Amino acid sequence: MYAYDELDRTLIHERVSEFRDQVKRRLSGELTEDEFKMLRLQNGVYLQLHAYMFRVAIPYGTLSSRQLRQLAHVARRYDRGYGHFTTRQNIQFNWIKLAELPDALADLAEVGIHAMQTSGNNTRNVTSDQWAGVAPGEIEDPRIWSEILRQYTTLHPEFSFLPRKFKFAITASAHDRAAIKVHDIGLRLHRNEQGETGFEVLVGGGLGRTPFIGKSIRPFVHGRDLLSYVEAIMRVYNQYGRRDNIYKARIKILVHELGIERFAQEVEEEWQQIRDGALKLDDAVVEEIRSRFTYPAYEKLAHMPDELRKAAHDPHFEAWRRNSVFPHKVTGYAIVTLSLKPVGGPPGDATADQMDALADLADKYSFGEIRVGHEQNLALPHVARRDLPVLWKALDKIGLATPNVNLVSDIIACPGLDYCSLANARSIPIAQELTRRFANHDTANLIGRLHINISGCINACGHHHVGHIGILGVEKNGEEFYQITIGGRADENAEVGTLIGPAVPYAEVADVIEDIVEAYLALRARPDELFVDTVKRLGVEPFRERVYATR
Amino acid sequence: MPLVRDGKITDDAFVLVADDAPLPDDGAILISAKRFLEDPEAIARRLGKTGVVWPNNRDVDDLVPYLDRLAVVALVFPTFRDGRAYSQARLLRERFLYRGELRATGQVLRDQFVFMLRAGFDAFEVKKLADAEVFAQTTSRYSVFYQPTGDGRVTALNRRMQLRHSESAGL
Amino acid sequence: MTSPLEQKKIKITGPSVVTANRTWDGIVVYRTVAQGWSAELADAAIVRTSDDARTLLAESVADDVGAVGAYIAPVEVEDGGEIRPGNLREQIRSAGVTIGLPVQA
Repeated sequence: MYAYDELDRTLIHERVSEFRDQVKRRLSGELTEDEFKMLRLQNGVYLQLHAYMFRVAIPYGTLSSRQLRQLAHVARRYDRGYGHFTTRQNIQFNWIKLAELPDALADLAEVGIHAMQTSGNNTRNVTSDQWAGVAPGEIEDPRIWSEILRQYTTLHPEFSFLPRKFKFAITASAHDRAAIKVHDIGLRLHRNEQGETGFEVLVGGGLGRTPFIGKSIRPFVHGRDLLSYVEAIMRVYNQYGRRDNIYKARIKILVHELGIERFAQEVEEEWQQIRDGALKLDDAVVEEIRSRFTYPAYEKLAHMPDELRKAAHDPHFEAWRRNSVFPHKVTGYAIVTLSLKPVGGPPGDATADQMDALADLADKYSFGEIRVGHEQNLALPHVARRDLPVLWKALDKIGLATPNVNLVSDIIACPGLDYCSLANARSIPIAQELTRRFANHDTANLIGRLHINISGCINACGHHHVGHIGILGVEKNGEEFYQITIGGRADENAEVGTLIGPAVPYAEVADVIEDIVEAYLALRARPDELFVDTVKRLGVEPFRERVYATR
Repeated sequence: MPLVRDGKITDDAFVLVADDAPLPDDGAILISAKRFLEDPEAIARRLGKTGVVWPNNRDVDDLVPYLDRLAVVALVFPTFRDGRAYSQARLLRERFLYRGELRATGQVLRDQFVFMLRAGFDAFEVKKLADAEVFAQTTSRYSVFYQPTGDGRVTALNRRMQLRHSESAGL
Repeated sequence: MTSPLEQKKIKITGPSVVTANRTWDGIVVYRTVAQGWSAELADAAIVRTSDDARTLLAESVADDVGAVGAYIAPVEVEDGGEIRPGNLREQIRSAGVTIGLPVQA
């Protein structure tokens, strides 16, 4: 966990004080909405269908139990008792009042939480993977670099008014759980032949109206050059990114229009001018940041403790353990994923009561730390294996032990037309119905790993392009229709899914998904051939036939 | 539109001269980039001070050869949301070592003063009088800065390193 | 329900109102005949021509101290004069989300 120091805390408080003044001037009419909108966006405040929505940053998805309790407090005091975890490791509150926002921010500032730049045309939350620092096989903890980047990008005077939003993601594992290939800048931490730490830098990935997989601009940027190299990319983007059309304003369009070679050249020319300047990171500075990340005092524990052996006879516990518990780099410990996808529930939501209860469990069983993943689930990163049975019982009591992680009912969905003013169609009820259709855990396990992503509009906040099955809400003659894609992936083999046919109406979506799953079960070469691999092998045709035969 | 320099409202010594109006021999003037580049040598030889208004969608490279002869470079924020002039300002100050007045024009509002100062602006054609009047207190709102720019403010990282050094030196 | 934020031309096809969100707390409001904002759809001023819609929208947008994000929304007017939301989006804005709150064990 990173420990904020006096300087970090001061900055957050100064920002809150500035925003309080801005809200005052807005409510008095001194600031028009046109002048205020970008300011409130830069503090994470959207206007949605029913109310303002408040998006709070959870830097690289790491929370302390104290912070989680404060989020619960905000949900209770200023909202309607729950929050929604997002595909960028943030949390959203849906019913917040503008007039109360400065107070909510002040309460959050007490525990080092802020909402800086969670919206607006600036640099957003630097996301990483929710297993950072504890996953086996990681080169080093990517969150150290995420924090370096977070500080560098926060209130950057040159890059606070970009052509459009800008998103970073970092991974330090061979298996990319941070979806770096669909970010504006994706960073893959690795070591070169000399054993030095650095980054493969990808640029121009993104979803939305025009999805692109990021292109590699440099195979290795030394750690000390990270910030100057990023500054070069951002300066090129700030000056040459399109500002005439918001649908063509992301860096992915600039990279596409210039071509990656020409773009890389522009960046290289700029970078040569600044690489030895003030942004060069010396080892002492990186160590400074690294030293403020604390890690638990792990005990020396057995891999197979008695508690675990005894609990193995309980089929419910075993079902959960096999589904939700993942290997940890320290023997005797585990990473536990908590599904926020209960049957019939809105995906990614947690009540204030659940958050408080989870904070207590984190204190007891995870050294006070919680993680947020971009698949809208949570994780406890430091659980002793001997505590798994007692933890499971407690999680089950508060509804956080649905054993469907990575399965068909572990759906990623944007808020959709129930909440969002950009949406064309609802997404949450589609997800809810799908969790009901696939509620049987044996069936879900039989199907295996299958990621369904649902977006209520082309802005793709549900990441439907890279879902194994992607569902996109569109509007036809005032009715909700849904386009279905299959074969997308968000990991190191990222690709955009393929449309299977004409859009289907709201009432038929769940049937269509069932048909697709049935086709997969009939067509797969082996039980362990994943859905997405069957699609790769056979193409969309057999699925298209099955779905549209009677439609 | 009030001009702010050195933290307070001052008179603007410079007169904006339209492209089709005759150039006075002396007196401080501001002209468009287009006009300036038609005959930069001649204009730079004027008795009075000369400043150029440089558009935000053009590289400052073309202006660089004449920087030492310009009293003012005015950059433009067509809307406050268009941040290209921040990059231009930093390049002029930090790369090309421009030392004259760097003026922010266009939609210049209170909530961008700190960013502009950090980027190297030292004069501001402020849209609203009320904003100009609170310039000093607005710009003292922040005391912590994460990134180095040419403004000389010590970054948080540097302050931490200084603290560490003084601690380890037993101070 | 194509987001009305993407409305470029104002062209209405039936009775319409102007709706927005109240500035200080974000609740859904409708522009009234008295040039105010009301949370009740029943109080909304109804326009029936594109010109009237444009006029109403313009004066609504100018009042951004009261409410923000104003746009034109369709309504249905019953025989008895009762006003109903004219599409799913407006139904949701008027009545609330169509889903239950998060499920807790």
